[in-house]
Parts: sequence; C-alpha cells; structure tokens
Amino acid sequence: MIRILLAGQGGQGVLSAGKFLAESGMREGKEVSYLPAYGPEMRGGTANCSVVIAEEPIASPLCVEPDVLIALNSPSFHKFAPRVKSGGIIIVNGSLSDCYAGREDVQVIDLPANDLALEAGDVRAANMAALGVLCAMTGVVRDKSIVNCLQEKFCAKPRVLECNQKAFEAGIGFVNKK
Amino acid sequence: MAKILLHGTEAICEGAIRNGCRAFFGYPITPQNEVPEYMSVKMPQVGGVFVQAESEVAAINMVYGAAGAGIRAMTSSSSPGVSLKQEGISYIACARIPCVIVNIMRAGPGLGGILPAQGDYFQATKGGGHGDYRLIVLSPSSAQEACDFTYRAFDLADRYRVPVMLLADGMIGQLMEPVELPPMRDLRDIPEKDWATSGHYGKDRRVLNSLLIDPEVLEPHVNALKRTYDEIAANECVAESMLTEDAEIVLTAYGTVARICKSAVQALRKQGVKAGWVRPVTLFPFPAETYAKVAAQKSVKVFLDVELSLGQMVEDVRLSVNGRKPVRFYGRTGGNITDEREIVQEALQALASVKEEQ
Repeated sequence: MIRILLAGQGGQGVLSAGKFLAESGMREGKEVSYLPAYGPEMRGGTANCSVVIAEEPIASPLCVEPDVLIALNSPSFHKFAPRVKSGGIIIVNGSLSDCYAGREDVQVIDLPANDLALEAGDVRAANMAALGVLCAMTGVVRDKSIVNCLQEKFCAKPRVLECNQKAFEAGIGFVNKK
Repeated sequence: MAKILLHGTEAICEGAIRNGCRAFFGYPITPQNEVPEYMSVKMPQVGGVFVQAESEVAAINMVYGAAGAGIRAMTSSSSPGVSLKQEGISYIACARIPCVIVNIMRAGPGLGGILPAQGDYFQATKGGGHGDYRLIVLSPSSAQEACDFTYRAFDLADRYRVPVMLLADGMIGQLMEPVELPPMRDLRDIPEKDWATSGHYGKDRRVLNSLLIDPEVLEPHVNALKRTYDEIAANECVAESMLTEDAEIVLTAYGTVARICKSAVQALRKQGVKAGWVRPVTLFPFPAETYAKVAAQKSVKVFLDVELSLGQMVEDVRLSVNGRKPVRFYGRTGGNITDEREIVQEALQALASVKEEQ
C-alpha cells in the first residue's frame, strides 16, 4: 500500500494529478481511493488530495503519514513535510520553493517542475512533471497508464495533450538522468 | 462490468437512477452540489424529471407529490437544508409515501461549515420532524456503498411505504473510488403501487393525507406505523464486525469514520493490542443485537465509539451494550476529521482506564 499526498495552490492541477493517478491505479486492477480537501475558494486557495493505491482493500482513505508528498509550492511543502513517513519521499517544486525539509530521514527531490513544464509548452503542466518523477521513482503505476489517461482526457485538445505528455516524460527523464 | 472511478455523490445518483428514480428535486448546498448537478444532466436522458426548486421546503414537497403519484422520487441536501425539509418529511412519513432523502452531512450547528461531520445522527434516526415517525437510515462508507445503498433504499422505501434516508458524511461526497454499477432496472419490474394517486380512471378513490383529525382514526394510524417500524427493526438490521472474537477493546463508528477506525484496529493489532471493530450499516433500525452479543463476550473490556460529533450514536451503543461493559466516546467537530493515530491513542487510554478500575 502506498499513500500519496499531493498539495499545492488551487489552479496548479493538484486535484487533476491525483485523479490521473487514481484512475491509472484502478485500470491496473488495484484498489484506489482519492480524497480531495479544499476550501470554499477556487484558484489561489490551497488544495490537496490524498491518493491511496493498494493491492488489498483500503480502510482509511486519509494520508496522515504519507509515503510520498508531492508539494507544488512552498507553503504546502513546509506544511506537509513534517508529516511524511520516515524513509519517505518528498517531491518539491523547486521552481517555487526552497527544499529544506528540516529532517534527514526523508528523501527530498528538488524538481524544477515549472521550468520543465514551460519547456514542454505550458507552465500548467508542472503537475505532470511531478507525476513523472513519482512514477519513475516508485513505479506505483505504469507510465503507460498515465499516458493513456492523458490521451483520453485531452483527446479533443492535442496541444494540451502534447504539453502534458512532454512534461510527464520530462519528469521521468529527470529521475533517469540522476 | 468494469469498475469506473466515481465521486460518492455521482455513485449515489447512479444508484438512484439504476433503481428507477425518475424524479429529482433539489436546492443547492455544499457539499452535495454534485448530486443535483449530475441529476440535471442524467434525469432528462432517462426520461425523468429534474427540478431545481426555489427552496429545500419546496423540494421535499415536490417529492411528496411525485412519490405520492407512484414515481420513485428523491431529494438531496446537506445538514442545514435537511433541517428545512423536516416538516415535509414528517408529512410524507404520516402519509406513508416511499421516497429517498440524501443528507451529505456538514459541520453544524447553524450554517456551520462545509467540511465533513456526523452531527445529524439524532435528527435522522430519532425523527427530525414532529410526531411519532421513523425513517430507515442507511450509512454508506465508500463510493460503492453510496451507490448500492441508494439502490437498495428505493426498494426498502417501497416495501414498507416509509421514507428512507441515506446519511453520509461530507467525505463520502468528495471521495472518489472505483464503483461497479448495478444494471439498469427495468421499470416494469417495479411492483405496482395500489395506493398511489396516479389518476382515478374508474378505480376506487385514493387519498394520501397527513391530516387525520379524528383521534379514533389517528391513533390506529400511528399504531400501524409502529407495527411497520417494528417489522423493519426485525428484518432490516445490518451491521459489520471484524476481529471481535478475542477483542479486549471494540472500536465502533459509522460512515467513513468506520473505515478510519478499521485502520486504527489494524494499527492496534500490530502493537499487540487485541482490538475489534463493529460498524452499524443501518442506523435505524439500529443493530442492537450485534452490540449485545459482542458485549456479552468475556474478553471484551470496553467499547470506544468514535464520531464526528459530540456523541450521538454513542447513546444507541450504550443502550445496546446495556451496562454490560463501559462505553467510552471520542469525537471531533467543526469539520475536523479524526485520524487513526488519534483513535489509537484514545483506544489505549480507554483500555488502560478500565484495567485500572478493575
């Protein structure tokens, strides 16, 4: 079982990234749950979601101590970094945040997500760069499953699909280069 | 059929539509707006009716009318909106009209907040409106159950001619999980309603009324309702339990909190603490016997009831345990959700406190 907490600012695609992840896990025949948490505000507010992917039925859908944290901005990085399970992974958007977690027992990945997304054609695809890193590091779902979801979601918007897919692949490349 | 990823709210709608719901009346309120949104798209596609009413009061009375005419009808709202519906629910219960009411509970009292809570247990299970009546109350804890229980709610409502409430906390509304949808029910399969005010057409005159002003008429009517509630209590109690056989402490909760408690039980077992778990699926009728049986076990030292409230279901748990064992309570309010770490701590404390007393 892997518990993943995705957090960032409303509008950064935190919730969509979580949905892609859950959808991909489900299609691979795994048990999944996706629980969003957001306030009354939309763009500009804070947003996070908890995704659990498991082989066995999922009891609690909460991510109290996530195995992986994806933090797309600085406030969410500092808010949630202390909660990550010892030995866990933090993928932080280094384009918008420092990477000092104040602890040594987790692996912090400094990912220039916004820069990679801009190179891919749209800064809004930063979420996908982070998902690329997640997949490459943990293998929680197959790359192909995420790409399939993207293709279905954006079949009517080829340019959006291209940006997102490129950003996702850039995230994978970022890990493999290391 | 392959599973699809659905929000709890969407799962509720699919459960309703697939069991013949063809009239939906609602008024917007967070966190259940996805229900009317989804219904507004789907109802016209299946030849049903969707009305965004001018208020919650109007919506429940539209349900009264449509369901009275024999249509499977539903309304949904969240806590403050469900309070507004109470008069209509009491009328519907008295007139013996089957329908389904969904409450996606948010934090109260008052307008409260939009985050998950379970503060409407009393209102749902003890008769939120005036007079002696009960609803069948079902409590889902996953998106799949949100679909299945809504589906079942329509059959239960018709069988007993009572309104059925689906009582879900706000987490069910937002949770997305894989759901296997039941097949679409053929409307011709639904048993005919020989009481529905569906038109005279040479039949005997049918009247659905909640004004029974003659005490010699009202008392037998209320007694008949009571017999129905007793029959429901005898036939329809559902509970789930896990690891109670050797348990020293038994955690109990309903809805999504029950799932968090399940994780807490697993964590306690890992620490070597003999923890068990009971979850009522029907809140009315309350599965008292399940609790009584577990309470009678020698191993059991204490129960811990966990809710997103100040303690409501705990009263039914205490009645069911009936003094055989102590029942402790832990709750969070205001839209805050309790997590497994808190529950583990509370459980350890509860166990330690009863061991001291002995």
